[in-house]
Amino acid sequence: MDEGTEMSLTIAQLVRRLKGSHLHAQMERQARECLHQPEIQLESLKDDVRRFLRTSGWERKLQNAVHRELLISRLPPSFPAPPPEHLKEPLAYMRKAQASWERRILKSLNSMSTELGVPLARMRPVAEQQELSNKWNEMGTDEPDLSRFRPVYAPKDFLEVVVSLRSPNHDSGGDVGARSHWGLIHVPLDVKDITQLRGVYTELGLAEGQLGIDDNAHPDLFENNYIDIGKKALAEQDGAAAQQYSRRGCPTGLRADLWALILNLVNQPQDAMHYEQLKAGVLQHDLLVDKLISKDVKLTASNDDYYFVFEDFLYQVLLCFSRDAAILEHFKYNSATPPKSYIQGKEEDEDFAVFYPPNGVIPFHGFSMYVAPLCFLYNEPSKLYSVFREMYTRYFFRLHSISSACSGIVSLCLLFERLLQTHLPQLFYHLRQIGAQPLRIAFKWMVRAFSGYLCTDQLLFLWDRILGYDSLEPVAVLAAAIFAFRTENLMEVTSLASAEAVLADLSTLKVMPLIQIFLFAV
Amino acid sequence: MSAATTEDVACTIKPPVFLGFRSGTRERPSGVCVVDVVLPPGKTVDIERISFKNFYTAFLSIRLQRRSPGREGAPAKWCTALRDCPLMKNPHTEGGAHDYYNLHRKQLQVSADEVSCVRLILKQPSWSWSSFGVEDVRVYPRAPPPEPDKELSEWLLALETVDPPVQGPAVDAAGVSRSLQQMWALSQVMQASQTSTASVGRFDVDGCYDIQSLSLT
Repeated sequence: MDEGTEMSLTIAQLVRRLKGSHLHAQMERQARECLHQPEIQLESLKDDVRRFLRTSGWERKLQNAVHRELLISRLPPSFPAPPPEHLKEPLAYMRKAQASWERRILKSLNSMSTELGVPLARMRPVAEQQELSNKWNEMGTDEPDLSRFRPVYAPKDFLEVVVSLRSPNHDSGGDVGARSHWGLIHVPLDVKDITQLRGVYTELGLAEGQLGIDDNAHPDLFENNYIDIGKKALAEQDGAAAQQYSRRGCPTGLRADLWALILNLVNQPQDAMHYEQLKAGVLQHDLLVDKLISKDVKLTASNDDYYFVFEDFLYQVLLCFSRDAAILEHFKYNSATPPKSYIQGKEEDEDFAVFYPPNGVIPFHGFSMYVAPLCFLYNEPSKLYSVFREMYTRYFFRLHSISSACSGIVSLCLLFERLLQTHLPQLFYHLRQIGAQPLRIAFKWMVRAFSGYLCTDQLLFLWDRILGYDSLEPVAVLAAAIFAFRTENLMEVTSLASAEAVLADLSTLKVMPLIQIFLFAV
Repeated sequence: MSAATTEDVACTIKPPVFLGFRSGTRERPSGVCVVDVVLPPGKTVDIERISFKNFYTAFLSIRLQRRSPGREGAPAKWCTALRDCPLMKNPHTEGGAHDYYNLHRKQLQVSADEVSCVRLILKQPSWSWSSFGVEDVRVYPRAPPPEPDKELSEWLLALETVDPPVQGPAVDAAGVSRSLQQMWALSQVMQASQTSTASVGRFDVDGCYDIQSLSLT
């Protein structure tokens, strides 16, 4: 397709997606109200209204919305459009593997419901609804008996599925010598090598100042000036500029606003209303998934030194998250499919088909750790919820679904293994020989984007870069960099258990120097 | 976008021919395959676009057999319309291996008119793959140009010759008011007719969300 046609198609798609949105309604209202102003002339109405929208900041808001839509739709437009399943995941065998994995999860959930005698969903009696509403802000004080419940799956179960992926057309016979891959991932996805990574992540270079490294020096050398630039980006309300800025880290005082700007979540009053509606959904219906969420929070975040104080927030966010039907939109570009069910007694009647849970996402062991770090940035539940939802539908969903996307967990695993094999072959070979495949240790870090493994300020530096580069590749690079950092100790271990012990505690690590040295100084 | 409504041309897609080279008594694959798309005998087509689904082909070349224009009875000649167009970012990896492609006539190096046969030359130099090819090849003919609407263009011409309004001191207040009212009414209509894409949907059916088990199909 030529460039002109592609541009027209892209514009048509963007207009269709933004039409009817809250921004569209707001801009129309503003355009109507500005007609009263004296400088709007009838002869030059169109230009005057456009100028008004530009000077009053509405054009910038539109730019931010367009920027967001362009980031979300990763495939270029084509005419005619490929079938919907191709947009979810281009490779048929990956779609099949994902579907097969989902069937296992659904079977597990069905058995849990049957064995425990707990319905998947039930309407709460009014008294129970009132009781829950009264203790909404302190659900953490509740100690329900969750001993019978177990997480549906843990990252290590998912790892086995990822490791067993095979490309049916891939001829790996006679794969010996230097070309052979020592790792666990056997699908030939396109991942970047160090040279390509250096080309993409130039802002992390040795000659570039950034937070996480240069803020340890005297503030006048870098930090003060950098904070001023951040304030300017916020004043301009420029989402693309904020994203570029975030590549070198966000100052603590500006991070919350910068992330909200990058995610295009600024001044959205309808978010508070939406949150209240979701809360009403939580009060009205009790789901089995709620027990899984509670179990997960109790097992992970509540036991974490940094995050246990946010237990109440986590319930408020995650319970509402599971009621949010708007999240079903993201399944257009997610290889996963939301689980379907039917209202009792109306099986096979499509008019009574529903998704379960309403947002289509079944939480796994460690899921609450996606939310926990955000509690340091946002203390207002509806804002915290909006940011988490946007982070999940842009990035985190890729960490627990099988796809060929370059930020998908399969690509991240392959990137990690390739970096390790190429740059630390002796270490990789040694670990492989003792039965300690590096991915078996690093997988749990990557699935959680390191949440719960790094100390929070370092984790937030890493997530700054995820937002700044709109990619999860820094997660895989950090995993390889950690192995590089602990090479000497790892070369002396003789078992998987001892290798895991060497890498058990990452809380003292400084992530940006590790990534910088690994990418630019190895 | 009239091309969307055009049907593809009925044609025969010959079975792919994998070229090999003989090494002693063994036939070794060369990573080159030829697929001929032949129109019914005697028929030619002006091609608007060619669409197909890739299956691990790395590079695509297209040759067209065209009847020489203005030379009736002369034998059709082959010409190269596309040379080594990359379909996969890296022949050794999966990127682009299952993608859908639409090649427009503008992307071809020669004019795709009066074509009787399309030869797709597929190359996959990587030894990583057991097989490669293309699927669901369709050839779409050029739609005839639309008839110019004489009445419409006259009306448009009439509009263009209207003189710009004179900036006089007197303003027709009633006229301005009417225009503003029309715009207001128009904006109200637009607001009423727009459908919200960000629907905050309810997840239950008439307040009921009693579910027994999840569907496994």
